[in-house]
Amino acid sequence: MSSKRLRKLKEWWIEKAILLSGIFSVVFVLLIFLFLLREGFSLFRGESVADFLFGKSWYPISDPPRFGILPLILGSLLVTLGAAAISVPIGLAAALFIAEIAPGRLKEGLKAGIELLAAIPSVVIGFIGMITLGPWIKNLFHIPTGLTALTGSVTLAFMAMPTIVSIAEDAITAVPRQYREAAVAMGATKWQTTWRIVARAARPGMVAAVMLGIGRVIGETMAVMMVTGNAATIPHSILQPVRTLTATIAAEMGESVQGGAHYAALFAIGIVLFVITFLINGVADLYLHRSRR
Amino acid sequence: MGDFCIETRGLDLFYGDFQALTAVDLQVPAREVTALIGPSGCGKSTLLRVFNRMNDLIDGVRVAGKVLVDNEDIYAPDADLLRLREKVGMVFQRPNPFPLSVYENIAFGLSVHRLAGRREYGMVVEQALRDVLLWDDLKDKLHKSALSLSLEQQQRLCIARVLPLKPQVLLMDEPCSALDPIATLHIEDLMRKLKSDYTIVIVTHNMQQAARASDRAGFMYLGKLIEFDETAKIFTQPRQELTENYISGRFG
Repeated sequence: MSSKRLRKLKEWWIEKAILLSGIFSVVFVLLIFLFLLREGFSLFRGESVADFLFGKSWYPISDPPRFGILPLILGSLLVTLGAAAISVPIGLAAALFIAEIAPGRLKEGLKAGIELLAAIPSVVIGFIGMITLGPWIKNLFHIPTGLTALTGSVTLAFMAMPTIVSIAEDAITAVPRQYREAAVAMGATKWQTTWRIVARAARPGMVAAVMLGIGRVIGETMAVMMVTGNAATIPHSILQPVRTLTATIAAEMGESVQGGAHYAALFAIGIVLFVITFLINGVADLYLHRSRR
Repeated sequence: MGDFCIETRGLDLFYGDFQALTAVDLQVPAREVTALIGPSGCGKSTLLRVFNRMNDLIDGVRVAGKVLVDNEDIYAPDADLLRLREKVGMVFQRPNPFPLSVYENIAFGLSVHRLAGRREYGMVVEQALRDVLLWDDLKDKLHKSALSLSLEQQQRLCIARVLPLKPQVLLMDEPCSALDPIATLHIEDLMRKLKSDYTIVIVTHNMQQAARASDRAGFMYLGKLIEFDETAKIFTQPRQELTENYISGRFG
């Protein structure tokens, strides 16, 4: 009789422990957000939100300092869009190839390679971008420096690719066999089956893959700091040096005075990043739920 | 050969070293319902999948002997598989509509085989749905996901989507095994209606279904076609003892 009660007690504990860890993960996110708000909000006592978001110059240590992050937002946007333009088509095509076309050995090899790519530390990718890609771009376009938004885009495309490929590949592989069989039995070719049935069925997963890939690109700091040239000016072309939101925080946090306006401005940038990431995830979520219906 | 729509002569099929079909000689008449019955693993589904060469998707399949569909040798080296599968439609065990809208499910075959201009799609879709008695239920839901339909509606849709290809043969692989008894009877009614235009071959493990719905029945056992005759004869006076034992429920 006691063994039955013991089992019940154990069940109760396990249930509560799982509930607790679930609550913790939500609480941690909330705490991080609150901390960001508290540290960042003091900036807006002396600065209007519009001046911060749309101000064209970022001179945090001049006198008086100017905290306009429009150049940083545009820098992040440019690098991210460039990286997406490169990594999304290549990544999705690679996922389709691995999942649908590649024969056994090649498939395993490619999957291992993609995982390896994901395991390279970002500082190493940044280093390679800096010493090989940078000079190459400089010579190719005859520009004064190779550290540009384009360099950042290409470098980051490499970092987004493993996320996109592996998640999209999972989604494609998870498409039930019966859909393929039905299409083939109707006389569809391999390509028609892959493109019009399998890719359609896997679309929610592929959108999620793209969103997570872009999320990774926006949040990436180290590699992008090394290859984009770090000029906080409004970019007019993808061949100019830019500076991203993330790189600004990483580069300047060490020099800012704790509690000062500069310090608060960096946290405010953190809030902006948080909101952007939140929106991207929200869009991905919305899309996933809508297409499931 | 005359009126036979499908004919096999000395058909052997191997999965690797395993022989799944042995010396099958079968003649399926046009515009009738032919049922293949037999215990699990007897090769009836394998035989069905010979007729549209779906077995080709499995590695290591080898076929010997002759298979004629509409007097064409479908295992000839120059056989056109896409054309064959246009002529021979298939309905699967579990309803498997594409995860697209009702309309797109039917339009898929049309666009794959370029059978109609886009403007005619609406008409063809309507006709196909009318043929399977779904039009009244679905005419306002054409752009809803096919996965939101009931299982019976899904299976009807799976039948409807092959009709615009104007197949000669409909292969049905236990088409009712995922359906409830009422839906099963509805699908059987539909088969009776469709057989005036199509040759239907159905695999079933449900002997009542074979007795109710088919004109001819073949009993298979261990990869061999033991007996093939009119359904009434198979069920009332089978010539083979094996057949009699099976239909009287002594094994299987």
